[in-house]
Amino acid sequence: MWVSVLGVRVSGDHFNLTRYGGLIMEKWPNNRAWLLVLPVFVIVAFSAIIPLMTVINYSVQDIFGPGQSVFVGTEWFGQMLGNERLHDALWRQFLFSGLVLLIEMPLGILIALAMPKKGWGVPASLVTIALPLLIPWNTIGTIWIIFTRPDIGLFGYGMNKLLGIPFDHTATSLDAWITVMLMEVWHWTPLVALLAYAGLRAIPEAYYQAARIDGASAWSTFLYIQLPKMRGVLTIAFLLRFMDSFLIYAEPFVLTGGGPGNATTFLSIYLVKIALLQFDLGPGGAFSLIYFVIVLLFSFIFYQALQRVGKGGTV
Amino acid sequence: MDFTLKWMVWTVPTAIFCGSIIIIVLAMAVWQTVSPSLERKGFLPIPTTPGDRFFMGVLTSAYIFFAWVGLTQFPLWILLLIVVCWVLVVMIWG
Amino acid sequence: MKGKKKFVGLIIYFILLVIPIYWMLNMSLRSNADILASFSLYPENLTFMNYRAIFTDPSWYMGYVNAILYVVLNTVISLGVALPAAYAFSRYQFVGDKQMFFWLLTNRMAPAAVFALPFFQLYSTFGLLDTHIAVALAHCLFNVPLAVWILEGFMSGVPREIDETAFIDGYSFPKFFITIFIPLIRAGVGVTAFFCFMFSWVELLLARTLTVTDAKPISAIMTRTISATGLDYGLLAAAGILTIVPGAAVIWFVRNHMAKGFALGRV
Repeated sequence: MWVSVLGVRVSGDHFNLTRYGGLIMEKWPNNRAWLLVLPVFVIVAFSAIIPLMTVINYSVQDIFGPGQSVFVGTEWFGQMLGNERLHDALWRQFLFSGLVLLIEMPLGILIALAMPKKGWGVPASLVTIALPLLIPWNTIGTIWIIFTRPDIGLFGYGMNKLLGIPFDHTATSLDAWITVMLMEVWHWTPLVALLAYAGLRAIPEAYYQAARIDGASAWSTFLYIQLPKMRGVLTIAFLLRFMDSFLIYAEPFVLTGGGPGNATTFLSIYLVKIALLQFDLGPGGAFSLIYFVIVLLFSFIFYQALQRVGKGGTV
Repeated sequence: MDFTLKWMVWTVPTAIFCGSIIIIVLAMAVWQTVSPSLERKGFLPIPTTPGDRFFMGVLTSAYIFFAWVGLTQFPLWILLLIVVCWVLVVMIWG
Repeated sequence: MKGKKKFVGLIIYFILLVIPIYWMLNMSLRSNADILASFSLYPENLTFMNYRAIFTDPSWYMGYVNAILYVVLNTVISLGVALPAAYAFSRYQFVGDKQMFFWLLTNRMAPAAVFALPFFQLYSTFGLLDTHIAVALAHCLFNVPLAVWILEGFMSGVPREIDETAFIDGYSFPKFFITIFIPLIRAGVGVTAFFCFMFSWVELLLARTLTVTDAKPISAIMTRTISATGLDYGLLAAAGILTIVPGAAVIWFVRNHMAKGFALGRV
């Protein structure tokens, strides 16, 4: 990957090597560098470690009010781990994240391939595509409420009145899922498209020339040149989409409130219900820790995978 | 303003738990400053430093804990023994 | 022929992308009674009463001021602490550097819902509840790791000979960092600022938890009003449209840097 910094072109491979590869030794060993990291450590620790320890404390107690609490050991963990609704929310969450990846990755790549490579179309399409990413998450939910309601929404009205298909995301689970998926794809496919587009732009023209000389078809150019060259950015897109869809809260909460029933109650929505709305601090704390440990495991595996992609030097 | 730690509702077991993790992390930082160790390959699928091995040991211990509490009724002190042994195994041979 | 098919496909996608936003704009320009009475593809009785209602009521428009205040504050703090740290990660090897980097990233990946619970207690203990600085600090949880991640990528692209030459020439570290190094990566600083702005601007859960009235952002005021007024769609749509405007303006200004930032694959 080539990145223009300093007006000179610096090979991206250089930065991969210093960052991931065997050349880590090339960095200057100096423990005083900790002084430069200290501000970040302090500011993030304040917001991360203190709350985390508090959640650990909550998770082993039954808290009635300020100063009134009873130590209950691992009772909440047992209760939460055996909680049917939590299991349901967890499977729902995996299904949702899986579908998101299945739809958004190919669609994003397709859009990136279709985007113009030069001229006025480039900034125009970049601005249009990035627009959904800059909208506050609950405004996203609001947009889709207004858009899909059967009485006033273009989509809901069109389905019900013009096509004659009954559609109401507040009443039917399937319709709620379709609406949430549509919203999610509408909201986040642009991120995949932008990353894939950036990866495509980073392929030197010489590769395409070589392909043309060999008389390669568009499909084999895609399969043997574009796709391998995009592997790095696509991995990042994959990780980001998995993480963020796994943590999704505001958009479905505004749109469906987790309903109808519990049909769209994802993990974060259920956690907020227990912890902030019912104010069950103990079970909420245990739930938080279970949730956090699940995310931590996936983050760790993906982070290791990401480093390997870096070592491959294809970014 | 109330700067006491009362709102964090500390209990003795959680204080011991958090305290020992912090002490181990600090001790490992000191150890690695005095004598840095290189990455090596053990039975874990990736090359690791002692810091990596400690993290992986603790993370997997969390899952052992969930399985223990969620699936069995055995007393917790057996779990504690198992987990300590497991972390040591990962640290030494991982 | 093939290029034409691509072009048509792209145009269709763009139309699908813009239609939901257009629909909200349409709603925002009609009165609530009009919306409920008739279905129309465009505002037949054009009215700006929803926007007027927002701009004349401080409890509405202060929401925008609050949001912009803490977003800017957060961007400044994130950049301020992330710049030296990213330099340390890109240039030096030190005890626990890899673990530290991963730990920072886990905070980017931690569910905000996990932290929302004790944040309220933490910030009220320090008397920061319902202040802009509280939300700015809370958003540092995910923006600082992101800023370190992006900046480290840009900094590692700068050859290290530049640092060495400057130190040989007798530059002190702060002088070198501020007068030589930061100007070299100003595109990266711009991109980082853009992403900090974006993620702080779109976040709702923490911002809503940590504010009561004085620092309440517009996005939280919107959700409250949905229940309070029994769904005034026109007003809701107008407020929604206004939350899109700052983001759209920011995209427009950084559109040329954006591709570059994404190309680094650090986001």
